[in-house]
Amino acid sequence: MKSSHINAQIALLPAILIALVVYCGTTGWTIWISFTNSRMLPSSVMVGWRNYLSLIGNERWVVSVTNLFVFGALFISAALVLGFLLAAMIDRHVRAESLFRSVFLYPFSMSFIVTGLAWRWLLDPTLGIEKLAHAIGFSWFHFDWLVRPDRVIYTLVLAAVWHAAGLVMAILLAGLRGIDGEIWKAARVDGLPVWRTYISVILPMLTGSFATATLLLATSVVRLYDLSVAMTNGGPGVASEVPAKFVMDHLFERANVGLATAAASTMLVTIVAVAAPWLYYQQRGRRT
Amino acid sequence: MSTEPRGKRPGRPSIGSGNEPSGRRPQKMTTGRFGLYAFLVITAAFFLTPLYVMLATSLKSMPEIREGNLLSWPIAPTVAAWVKAWSTACTGLNCTGLQVGFMNSVRILVPSVLLSISVGAVTGYTLSFWRPRGAEILFGALMMVAFVPYQVFIYPLVRIFSYAGLNNSLAGIVVVHTIFGLPTMTLIFRNHFAALPNELFRAARVDGAGFWRIFGQIMLPMAVPIIVVAMILQVTGIWNDFIFGLVFAGRENLPMTVQLNNIVNSTQGEREYNVDMAATMLTALVPLAVYFFSGRWFVRGIAAGAVKG
Amino acid sequence: MPARSDVSIRGVEISYGPVRVLERLDLEIAQSEFLVLLGPSGCGKSTLLNAIAGLTDVDDGQIWIGGTNVTWHEPKDRGIAMVFQSYALYPRMTVRGNMSFGLRVAGAPKADIERRVREAAEMLRITDLLERKPSELSGGQRQRVAIGRALVRDAGVFLLDEPLSNLDAQLRAELRVEIKRLHQRLGATMIYVTHDQIEALTLADRIAVMKDRRIQQLGSPDDVYLRPANKFVATFVGSPAMGFLLGKLGTDPSAPMFEAPGVKVPLTGYAFAERPVAGQGVELGIRPEHVLHGDGDIAADVEMVEPMGSDKLAWLRIGEQPLSIRLPAETPVARGDRLHLKLPAHRLNLFDAASGQRL
Ligand SMILES: Nc1ncnc2c1ncn2[C@@H]1O[C@H](COP(=O)(O)OP(=O)(O)O)[C@@H](O)[C@H]1O
Ligand SMILES: [Mg+2]
Repeated sequence: MKSSHINAQIALLPAILIALVVYCGTTGWTIWISFTNSRMLPSSVMVGWRNYLSLIGNERWVVSVTNLFVFGALFISAALVLGFLLAAMIDRHVRAESLFRSVFLYPFSMSFIVTGLAWRWLLDPTLGIEKLAHAIGFSWFHFDWLVRPDRVIYTLVLAAVWHAAGLVMAILLAGLRGIDGEIWKAARVDGLPVWRTYISVILPMLTGSFATATLLLATSVVRLYDLSVAMTNGGPGVASEVPAKFVMDHLFERANVGLATAAASTMLVTIVAVAAPWLYYQQRGRRT
Repeated sequence: MSTEPRGKRPGRPSIGSGNEPSGRRPQKMTTGRFGLYAFLVITAAFFLTPLYVMLATSLKSMPEIREGNLLSWPIAPTVAAWVKAWSTACTGLNCTGLQVGFMNSVRILVPSVLLSISVGAVTGYTLSFWRPRGAEILFGALMMVAFVPYQVFIYPLVRIFSYAGLNNSLAGIVVVHTIFGLPTMTLIFRNHFAALPNELFRAARVDGAGFWRIFGQIMLPMAVPIIVVAMILQVTGIWNDFIFGLVFAGRENLPMTVQLNNIVNSTQGEREYNVDMAATMLTALVPLAVYFFSGRWFVRGIAAGAVKG
Repeated sequence: MPARSDVSIRGVEISYGPVRVLERLDLEIAQSEFLVLLGPSGCGKSTLLNAIAGLTDVDDGQIWIGGTNVTWHEPKDRGIAMVFQSYALYPRMTVRGNMSFGLRVAGAPKADIERRVREAAEMLRITDLLERKPSELSGGQRQRVAIGRALVRDAGVFLLDEPLSNLDAQLRAELRVEIKRLHQRLGATMIYVTHDQIEALTLADRIAVMKDRRIQQLGSPDDVYLRPANKFVATFVGSPAMGFLLGKLGTDPSAPMFEAPGVKVPLTGYAFAERPVAGQGVELGIRPEHVLHGDGDIAADVEMVEPMGSDKLAWLRIGEQPLSIRLPAETPVARGDRLHLKLPAHRLNLFDAASGQRL
């Protein structure tokens, strides 16, 4: 063994430790706890699937999961559509291009806490835009979605789209700029109208960028926590609860570690089921 | 619409007989173009509104907030709310303002950024050039973690940390940021190094340079741009972190985001929206400054962190 | 320079995963020899060179340099220097920094480094460039610096991996001469990888033609050009390429004859490597400049004439088979003309039609 290779092994030690202890170790531990009757203190009494069964019967968990899917579907599609529109328009050689780009992307630099608090204020049912509408004469205007259990999740979508549409725009714009200019010339010679070129020629060429953007958005959906905390704190009632918040609350406030870890494990399994084939596909694609 | 040919100078003999177009195409504002700008401007207004409203609100007095409207610019702008948010706003009974959180965030930020970038750079370098056995598996594991919700790791990690005496300490939160920054940091450094010609590495080996010398004297100087990108990613990411600060930093070291949320949700007395908004703006200031000063680099950071695999 | 700098490659095998790139490869390179590894891209030339340098581990076999088994030595301990196709200059260092890096790593005395860099720079006429960064140099200058970096190492064996293939034709010719001169002056062993047969023919003492994990032929440029060991070597070396006629050997063993429709070529005077089998299917190869015309008895129709400056190439058809002939530029031939060819036996190459091996 050459000495340089030993150095290489040593250099990887922190990463290996982190991977083994933190990623594998804690994951295994979490899964194990989820089969015990741990409440506030850890316990090693195995209770089988009991935590999972109570999870399924837990109304707050059901709401959280439903919310996550509704939020995820709406947020990802809205952010992709808006981001693509913005990218395509900016790509049409507009004036003040960099100004527009900066304006669309700046929310992404801010935290979900800041985003949540800003939108919470804007949508405040008494002092927010409803009052503004009344002040300028639209007395019929009514906007109290932030405190309506059946609508509150859409306000989270609104804030999240505001936060992330610029990200999609930036990724797609980079993709658009990478497209050979001769494609456009060919489309013009073929007499394709601009919008048609975007739909039939450019869009299929951007699948890679769309995949990247979707992946980033999906990751933030799964991790959705801060936004809900800052904007509604899960309310009104449990109407805007999300799984990550369910886990955190049961870990640290409600002292039901068994249930919390069962919820976390459920999240993990779902993610792995979705991400593993994708990663595998990616790896293979890179090799060939 | 008549298209009078332009670009012909008087006195110059015209080419052709008369009215066919020549010279530069006349610029015209078509309806499509108009619609495009209208859409962009309206969307830009939508994007700017929250920032404007935050700023306007933070400069108003409470009576003006209650009576006036959301979009109006303050009649008598005052920074009183900013001063209060910074130095005397309360969380519970503790009224020392956001400055405490600011200092905590800085104390967390500096070592976390340095440590996470160092570990990521060394790991990325080793994976791209030395490819020891199991490198692929390690990289795969790191990439997998980039998608996994943190909730899976948190409870055992809290237990491990309290066992190791790292709980509720600055060191603890720095380690946490390093651990969870590792996938992205490794990824961007690995991708950067993998794009360099392998012959460079070979030339250095023939010159007799070893593992650390190739890293320090050849590769690191070539990684300056990606280090800048990594700094931008980590500074904004760590500053904006909420969940790790909440769980691992401990009462003494709560970062600014956590303190901001506590201040806004503090139930003591009447809610002061102007102070809340000033506090929110203050917390957003660092990432906004990074964003506006780094310009295109921020976008590069997004791109670098986005190319998974 | 170490006393000995011969290189011996003994039964080396290298695979990337399931793909075997080199198979039981043996090669002896003598002290001060200029050996060229020639072959199409992807045939494993760089892999072999990297293995000699110690940059790629071998799966089996040994590598000896200067009488020492260096199979498991670090690159720096093998007494080699290397020049890369992409130059591989350290972008953040000046030319001087690039050239002296190896010596600095080895902890050589300052004065020594200074002297050796100066000497190498003078030899390559890059003294003016010493304080510049690689990005401020032209391609030709970069390659000189890369060679300079190798010179400074004062190694006994120089490994050059397609050092000229990123340069334009004129610079390539210029640096080719330079490398040849350096070799004569230094007396070092040089192993030079290229896919360009002109480079190989002009530079080499011996050429190793590689393909399909193996060395197809090892010999002097004349051997390789005039007596290719198989059809692959015959096709790969030489431009314009060798022409081929498919046929068979005549049945009279006392007067060997090549026969194809419309063609009969007596083979008396051809140096058969092994005894020919009557009636055997063969391919006859002949270089365009070796085809004679005027009083021959093979009728050929001119299909196309391609001027090449000093001479011209005429594309012919004999019966159904194509062949080309190189003619002086002033020869008056045109499409549709009929030539009468003669194929001199000592210029011919006969290959087994099935195996492609030289007969
Ligand atoms: N690191 C590697 N991993 C896998 N295959 C490789 C690697 N390097 C080279 N190869 C393969 O080995 C063969 C020989 O490569 P190489 O030695 O670079 O060829 P050459 O220099 O003759 O063009 C090629 O088919 C190439 O695809
Ligand atoms: Mg090669």
